[in-house]
Amino acid sequence: MGDAITAVIAMPRQELRAPASTVQNGMASAITEPRWVQVVLIVLALGFLLGFLLMPLLLVFVEALRAGLPTFLSAITEADTLSAIRLTLLVTVIVVPLNLVFGVAAAWAVSKHEFPGKRLLVSLIDLPFAVSPVVAGLVFVLIFGAQGWAWPLIDEGWHFALPGLGEYTLQLPKVIFAVPGIVLATLFVTFPFIARELMPLMEQQGSDEELAALSLGASGWQTFWRVTLPNIRWALLYGVLLCSARAMGEFGAVSVVSGHIRGRTNTLPLHVEVLYNDISGSYSAAFAVASLLALSALVTLVLKAYLEWRHSDSLAANRRH
Amino acid sequence: MAVATSSPAGKAGRKRVLPGFGLSLGITLAWLGVIVLIPLAGLFVKAGGLGLQGLWEIWTQPRVLSALKLSFGTAFTAAAFNAVMGTLVAWVFVRYRFPGKRIFDAMIDLPFALPTAVAGIALTALYGPSGWIGQWLEKAGIKVAYTSLGIVVALVFVGLPFVVRVVQPVLAEVERELEEAAATLGASRWHTVSRVVLPALWPAVLAGFGLAFARGVGEYGSVIFIAGNLPGLTEIAPLLITFRLDEYDYASATAIALAMLLLSLAVLLVINTLQARLSRRGG
Repeated sequence: MGDAITAVIAMPRQELRAPASTVQNGMASAITEPRWVQVVLIVLALGFLLGFLLMPLLLVFVEALRAGLPTFLSAITEADTLSAIRLTLLVTVIVVPLNLVFGVAAAWAVSKHEFPGKRLLVSLIDLPFAVSPVVAGLVFVLIFGAQGWAWPLIDEGWHFALPGLGEYTLQLPKVIFAVPGIVLATLFVTFPFIARELMPLMEQQGSDEELAALSLGASGWQTFWRVTLPNIRWALLYGVLLCSARAMGEFGAVSVVSGHIRGRTNTLPLHVEVLYNDISGSYSAAFAVASLLALSALVTLVLKAYLEWRHSDSLAANRRH
Repeated sequence: MAVATSSPAGKAGRKRVLPGFGLSLGITLAWLGVIVLIPLAGLFVKAGGLGLQGLWEIWTQPRVLSALKLSFGTAFTAAAFNAVMGTLVAWVFVRYRFPGKRIFDAMIDLPFALPTAVAGIALTALYGPSGWIGQWLEKAGIKVAYTSLGIVVALVFVGLPFVVRVVQPVLAEVERELEEAAATLGASRWHTVSRVVLPALWPAVLAGFGLAFARGVGEYGSVIFIAGNLPGLTEIAPLLITFRLDEYDYASATAIALAMLLLSLAVLLVINTLQARLSRRGG
């Protein structure tokens, strides 16, 4: 009986669909491809993504756990790894807020005001995208390194005497092969990230709401905190997310200025390299540490996708999909 | 990531009526100067100290020349490959429906989120002689790891999201009515795509190509593990800079960095001009 019912239901549907689908196909095929072409293209695209994105990611976790859970756990709780985690978090916690303030200021200046040289300023903000991370590290070595211009200030300090108050020495801390250098190099590399997210959005939003607030008697700061900031908060979070991901993962720039001192100036990505190149067979330890970074990348992607899905109206147009 | 610096709406009412212009521009310029411009200017000053002759001598060393050629050549190849495959991926995501699309779409940004060093060791293991993919390629006689092909593979990884993310929104905006019109007028599907859809995409593809290329030229972390790093063969320019720095040869390091900077800016300028011309022609 069940079969009969299915047959009854299926029959008219088939008959109905035949003429309808020819009409539909006639329309659709004009602006889309035949199904087999679609399948070929989809398989090609997904195969490409599989080989270049998914398999590398999967491999990190497989290699990390290959030597067993105890090895994995001991690799990620080793003293050098822990200090690398601490340093990476420290650098991120310093860099992201600084870029946040800069990003908001730059977006406010660029998207809410007209002034000559605006285009040039926007290109200059983008400049770090066109500079190799290694070169970003190099410029700070040239300034603060042992042959650099600022080296005398670091090495001996600047002696000066204030009349009646005695002699003073102004001395900079060590920058290269030390934490300040890592922070500077990371700042350079992540410089445009937050400004980039905010500028197109604030451009789209215009200044009508701010003008309304001002005309109703709000002060400039009140307008910013109560009107502008709520409007850009999701885009701000989005920028912070991208900026932190890059800050935690930066390798080239940091590698040049850090000196790879285990337990002191090794960030997490640098520690991966040190373990990977270590001859004493710490291959799986390298992947164990790498899997921590891969995990944080996955968390970033999930948060990012969530923001794009849930708050797409509050992100710049090119982020909505 | 070209940003529209002017929007038609609300431009008239925007003439410095909002407060905080001085403060925000001040912070922007000061921070830009301290973190980016002054350090980069230092590079130019240092390079200027070498003189044109000194720079030329370093630039024409065979090892430097081949490193620069390798970096720009592999970045170009990878960006071109990404321009094709990235457009295909964007096409499939925008136009077709298939299971798992959301997850694949979110994965596109993996190279932005995954530290380059992690990508480097993962790709090396994957495409190495005993890797999941490498062993099959090895049987087919293709060596990827520790060759210049490996560098291209790493650069394809880092550059992929640039093309997809730039092309995707533009493709989504393409008016289907135009395609219908072309079809009504008797154009074949292939004809419609190649004459109507692709021309509208060119500026975006080119922009994505430019971003992927700029990123690829300077890329370091993902490349050094898979490259093999043999001087003159598989040694990229950024790596040569770090070697020179380790030897305290700051002059050579600066000269190579300057060459990279000038060449990338020149290439980006050409791409931007080309892109502007294409978008003007496209209306």
